[in-house]
Amino acid sequence: MSDHPSTYEPKTGVEKWLDQRLPIVRLAYDSFVDYPTPRNLNYWWTFGGILSVCLMIQIVTGIILAMHYTPHIDLAFNSVERIMRDVNYGWLIRYVHANGASMFFFAVFIHMFRGLYYGSYKAPREVLWILGCLIFFLMIATAFMGYVLPWGQMSFHGAVVITNLIGSIPVIGGPILTWLQGGFAVDQATLNRFFSLHYLLPFVIAGVVILHIWALHVVGQNNPAGVDIKSKEDTVPFTPYATVKDGLGMIFFLILFSIFVFFLPNALGHADNYIPANPLVTPAHIVPEWYLLPFYAILRAIPDKFGGVIAMFGAIAVLFVLPWLDTSKVRSMRYRPVMRWFFVIFVVVCLGLGWCGAQLPDAPVVPGLPSFTLFDGEFNSYLWLTRALTLYYFAFFLLIMPWVGLKEDPLPVPASISEAILAEHAKKKGA
Amino acid sequence: MSEPATDHGGHGDPNRRDFIYIAAGAAAVGAVAMVIPPLVDQMNPAADTLALASTEFDLSKVQEGMQVVIKWRGKPLFVRYRTPKEIKEAQDVKLTDLKDPQLDSDRVKKGKEQFLILVGSCTHLGCVPTFGAGDYGGWFCPCHGSHYDTSGRIRKGPAPKNLAVPDFQFLSDTKVKIG
Repeated sequence: MSDHPSTYEPKTGVEKWLDQRLPIVRLAYDSFVDYPTPRNLNYWWTFGGILSVCLMIQIVTGIILAMHYTPHIDLAFNSVERIMRDVNYGWLIRYVHANGASMFFFAVFIHMFRGLYYGSYKAPREVLWILGCLIFFLMIATAFMGYVLPWGQMSFHGAVVITNLIGSIPVIGGPILTWLQGGFAVDQATLNRFFSLHYLLPFVIAGVVILHIWALHVVGQNNPAGVDIKSKEDTVPFTPYATVKDGLGMIFFLILFSIFVFFLPNALGHADNYIPANPLVTPAHIVPEWYLLPFYAILRAIPDKFGGVIAMFGAIAVLFVLPWLDTSKVRSMRYRPVMRWFFVIFVVVCLGLGWCGAQLPDAPVVPGLPSFTLFDGEFNSYLWLTRALTLYYFAFFLLIMPWVGLKEDPLPVPASISEAILAEHAKKKGA
Repeated sequence: MSEPATDHGGHGDPNRRDFIYIAAGAAAVGAVAMVIPPLVDQMNPAADTLALASTEFDLSKVQEGMQVVIKWRGKPLFVRYRTPKEIKEAQDVKLTDLKDPQLDSDRVKKGKEQFLILVGSCTHLGCVPTFGAGDYGGWFCPCHGSHYDTSGRIRKGPAPKNLAVPDFQFLSDTKVKIG
């Protein structure tokens, strides 16, 4: 908390000398040792720490990969194959980097759903939430450009499809597209600049992460009860309580990570990306990486090209204004009996959008079921399922959030964190 | 610090400090404005990229009923030798049936209707359409299911426009220059 006085006392002469010149040890001590943490944090709160580790893993493995990678259309694919076959431990480092991206998104989705459920975006945490949305957007841009670098078939045609989205903007779209690609098509210039930006953006992310943590330490952490910290009884020091809890969560997360790296290294990738890029042949079925599938599904759900692009970016943009869409005074959905059900449906809808994004739009959802044509597509097709899910996605933020917040009768909210914990203990004893 | 010797508040004549303040500010804005164009324009196609903008093709390489795909400006270019049946199909379509109405005769050169030359890049999101597939005998885009007819015009699916016809001219009966 901002009003938390520093309790750091330099002990040795060196620490005292440094503390008067650059109080960096004091900053670390106040932020990660003595920092008062709500005592009711559950394991959903360990993903912030996990995400910091993800970013560090990506930066370290990425810098190493850049030492062996060549950003040239004739050499890129082979340099990646050389990393896999010849560079010492190259296979390990690349598999950690490639699967690390998936793990990063897996963790960030949980982190975001957690923030959504417990109302971590509400006052006074709006800026904290917006910085998080910005990190998410930067992550998408970074991941997309990273996926282009191996210069396989999926890399190339993914880059073609996504850059062409920009070309759909009326009037100025064409010149912007040429400017972005550095030519008339995705080519050497495009690969070279994507490499440059893919190297840069993680450090930009790291910078925004620092702002994110700064904002967090100004307003203090939210907690499962969603009530403010009121007294010393509500908190425990960050170390050892939060560090150990984060550590345990991280161990389980790294076990999952290792399972993918060592046993299923290509399970989340696409086989077509092991074919060198060929601008003259498009793979039969183009799909982005799994973590972008929900947004890809929204893009395809709209019959108009530019409209699809607007909807896809809108799906991310709506997150930025979320703090002002939720009208409820209660933060945690624990005490919002109606809203929590809409939340559960929302999670299912997001997973459903991801599923639809991987299917062919014309394919029937239930094979063999009789169907009819509705406007421009079969009713029993992923097209219409995607449209229904897209509608809920936007309705959740734009209609349900403001409306339920006004109409709902929330359950009684505990007066303090310590009271919430005592009530829970009493309930457990009674049961 | 001592008090400034002269008053440089809002009232009275602008003094030297005000002048320096405004001049420095204007210079800074001007400098930033001058720096932006080079930083932005360097991303546009370089001179060597633009220099590769045209290509020549020998039409005797393509047989009737087939197409040859060549690379032009980094994109595939379809050179299709249409059969009389395909030409007739393309010419008989009513303009009202088209999403992006255009006559077949506007897409080929007069007297050389058999040769259809198109940029092989789907106008939806730039995938390469498959030859001979789809409901209209032209092309089918595998990415998001756009169907093109034997004139390369969009008939069904999300693509908004017909496949683009590049600028081209016949140098001789069998030689064509594109771009």
